[in-house]
Amino acid sequence: MKNIDNKMQLKKTPPSGAGGLVSRRSFLRSSALAGGGMMLSFSWFSEVKAAEKVTELNIIEQWSELAAYIKITPDNIIKILVPNPEFGQNVMTSLPMMVAEELDCDWKNVVVEMGTHDNVKYGPQFTGGSNSVRMYWKPLRNAGAAARQMLIEAAAQTWGVSASEITTKAGTLSHSSGKTAKYGEMAAKAATLTIPKDIKLKAPKDFSIVRNSKKNTEGVKVVSGKPLFGIDYKVDGMLIAMIQHPPAFGMKLKSFDATAAKKMPGIKDIFSFKLYDDGFEQAGFDTRTFNEMIAVVGNSTWEVMNARKKINAQWEAAGDVKDTMMGRGGKTEKVVPGRLETTSQQMEMMAEYAKKPAQQLRKDGDPEAAFKNAAQVIERTYNAPFLAHNTMEPMNFFAHVQEDKAVVAGPLQAPGWVEPTLAKLLNLTPDKIEIQMTRMGGGFGRRAYGSYVYEAARISQKLKAPVKLIYTREDDMTYGIYRPMYTATYRAALDANKNLIGFHVKGGGIPENPVHANRFPAGAVDNYLAEGWEIPSNITIGAFRAPRSNFNAAAEQSFLDEVAEAMGKDPIDFRLDLLKRAKENPVGKNNDYDASRYIGVLELLKEKSGWGKPENAGKKRGVAAYFCHASYAGHVVDMVMRDGQPYVESVTSVVDCGVVVNPDAARNMVQGAVVDGIGQSFYGALTHKDGAAEQSNFHNYRMIRHNEAPKKIDVHFVENDIDPTGLGEPPFPPVFGAVANALFKTTGQRYYNQPFTTEQPKNRS
Amino acid sequence: MAKYSLKINGKTQQVDVDPSTPMLWVLRDHLNMPGTKFGCGMAMCGACTVHLDGNAIRSCSLPVSAVGKGAITTIEGLSADASHPVQKAWLEHDVAQCGYCQSGQIMSASALLKSNPNPTDEEIDAYMSGNICRCGTYLRIKEAIKAAAKK
Ligand code: FES
Ligand code: FES
Repeated sequence: MKNIDNKMQLKKTPPSGAGGLVSRRSFLRSSALAGGGMMLSFSWFSEVKAAEKVTELNIIEQWSELAAYIKITPDNIIKILVPNPEFGQNVMTSLPMMVAEELDCDWKNVVVEMGTHDNVKYGPQFTGGSNSVRMYWKPLRNAGAAARQMLIEAAAQTWGVSASEITTKAGTLSHSSGKTAKYGEMAAKAATLTIPKDIKLKAPKDFSIVRNSKKNTEGVKVVSGKPLFGIDYKVDGMLIAMIQHPPAFGMKLKSFDATAAKKMPGIKDIFSFKLYDDGFEQAGFDTRTFNEMIAVVGNSTWEVMNARKKINAQWEAAGDVKDTMMGRGGKTEKVVPGRLETTSQQMEMMAEYAKKPAQQLRKDGDPEAAFKNAAQVIERTYNAPFLAHNTMEPMNFFAHVQEDKAVVAGPLQAPGWVEPTLAKLLNLTPDKIEIQMTRMGGGFGRRAYGSYVYEAARISQKLKAPVKLIYTREDDMTYGIYRPMYTATYRAALDANKNLIGFHVKGGGIPENPVHANRFPAGAVDNYLAEGWEIPSNITIGAFRAPRSNFNAAAEQSFLDEVAEAMGKDPIDFRLDLLKRAKENPVGKNNDYDASRYIGVLELLKEKSGWGKPENAGKKRGVAAYFCHASYAGHVVDMVMRDGQPYVESVTSVVDCGVVVNPDAARNMVQGAVVDGIGQSFYGALTHKDGAAEQSNFHNYRMIRHNEAPKKIDVHFVENDIDPTGLGEPPFPPVFGAVANALFKTTGQRYYNQPFTTEQPKNRS
Repeated sequence: MAKYSLKINGKTQQVDVDPSTPMLWVLRDHLNMPGTKFGCGMAMCGACTVHLDGNAIRSCSLPVSAVGKGAITTIEGLSADASHPVQKAWLEHDVAQCGYCQSGQIMSASALLKSNPNPTDEEIDAYMSGNICRCGTYLRIKEAIKAAAKK
């Protein structure tokens, strides 16, 4: 689980060119549709492999060739199949927009469909790491452009004219002689042509669909309550299942008596089952929070819930447990400690580890000397708790496992990673497993870990019946896969003239180290040291919207604010000075970020927020900016005291994510990230007592609500023609830092520990 | 088990369930109306909001035995074709991200506008704060409510 966001990150994003010569083996295949029309199948990924030279993204290497399709029917309907699961990041709209742009069709005639999972056809169909738009940017446009060129060629042959004399507009082909045809009329012929070698892409200045806001293609279904989500999935004869997991991390099932529970109305069966067999080789995303659980299966949700309460179960300490992991580096054994953790002890343990020698992650210059010779050293420690993802739709999955095949369906971010494990668990070959993907009621990283899919499959396998497993909110919140608990100590060395001469970060966590050693301010300070350490734990963790960054941005950006204050500098100017240094004369190698894009964001942020302007002199403002998932984002937060509580009243946000495909949806995403960041930094916390989660539902896990959201969030994008970079995650991390810095201005106190507010909400019923 | 005759979206429907069964599960499991969503089961998130005689209630905490002759409206019954002013405003403002909370938000918003056709920002906040949106679409929800109020 280490460095997960790095793994999923495409590092360099070359600027968008007007042409896209496809020199590799063909990634497109055309065929005729029954009843006329054309189908162009294509790989979403082949070009990513060719163009981006991805070395870090292991999964891409395994991606196969043939993929999704565009269908053009004789009646001029353009069907575009989106193979990626939707969880609110707008892929069902923005990906088709990219195809439609190059195809030059009328957006009104575009019908978007969701694919079922097929590793062979579509690759792993992963949603996460803010990847969707940036991965598909070239392949999708190439597919659209190739189809358009084939339609032109079909018209040229039909009309006996030169292809160069034919133009297209909104799904219509025209020739200077006055001849016109709709795409649908030429589609059948186009399907018989060879695929063009030279595919010409539009220059960004000619975009007419991309960069023009389009409404969510599933909007009508959402507002009318159509069954889009996994939890809505239903087949005839389907049973409902729930699990009872141990009450605490580090506990396991000892025995149970379900005699009374089994007699409850509507109950089919109650049994215990193992998630993995002993010695099972877990892949990277196969989490094991609890290996043995009790399944309760019956006719309806309420009956199952009630029966579950009647189970008399005994639990005992699990002790240390050995897990076998099958990773890229081969097979490793991991000992998961049996300790029953309590938050105050976790804090003590982290403080203790922070004092021990740690692993050096990066060193530039001579940081030891810099700190020794410093006129002033500033040292601050930041802490953040575990966070529960709390997707609005709790975990659930449908499974129907039979002797020779299995169908599973539901909300899942990484179907391609679940499939191989499912095949092993069920003793089936992957081609006998069908994964149907539904819309997801939120993901935020949580649904990349498919143990709930395996649980559903295990239960169905045992009962030989179609089953839908549902977690209650309590199951969901107390099961783990949290954002890790983190700490970091930052030190800055200033010389007598208040110049920054040394920078040191030492971070750690349970069970993961948060430090991104090659990110800003690495590259901007001559003497730099980054170190990290980790404490193994039985509390399972996973990616959470901008993993690690969501903590680093809070800590580092608060620290820089304090350093700027000590130096007597404006916080934005201080960052700009450092970034200019990193741009003109970078220290060290492997700096992850592009200093010019970082500078661009801060400068636009300064302008748009009226930073330092006399009219804003009375405002309590905090600023922060951060880089992750290849994009740059910054916020200025304006805070007031309201009813004795700090309240973020308005926010100015600036993002550089390259070309913005669907601007209004992108603004929505940034606003959501801001609201999410304010909520998590003020209220988010999952704590433990003797191994048990202390929060179980929204009465004691506080979520941001309508009245706590800002009145205004102004979102601005840096305008450029750079190929799109991530958007779902990058605006999220800097919110934490900006809030912390605004809190200082508002209250006169520095806030080092999240959550910044700990009081609990009133009952909202 | 007991038999109930329920008025839902203008139609009378029969169910035979345990009297303690919350309306949420009656709708979702027994009447095949999954538009009403499960989020918390304890009246803390608003995902399950429906109307009972025009008032917004959390169906996860309303036992079927307490419904009596009350008329229930769910998201499926708000309009036949997403044409209710609140639904239209939601589409106009492209409110949804994941969309999971939105049935509940729309049901709360439409009940609010019925009782208070011109709510202030503070009144919207107060009324809507029982509905969580994990994706953080609160600002757009408020804009959409204000737009629907003008219609
Ligand atoms: S499910 Fe009813 S309020 Fe949350
Ligand atoms: S849109 Fe996702 S929870 Fe509201």
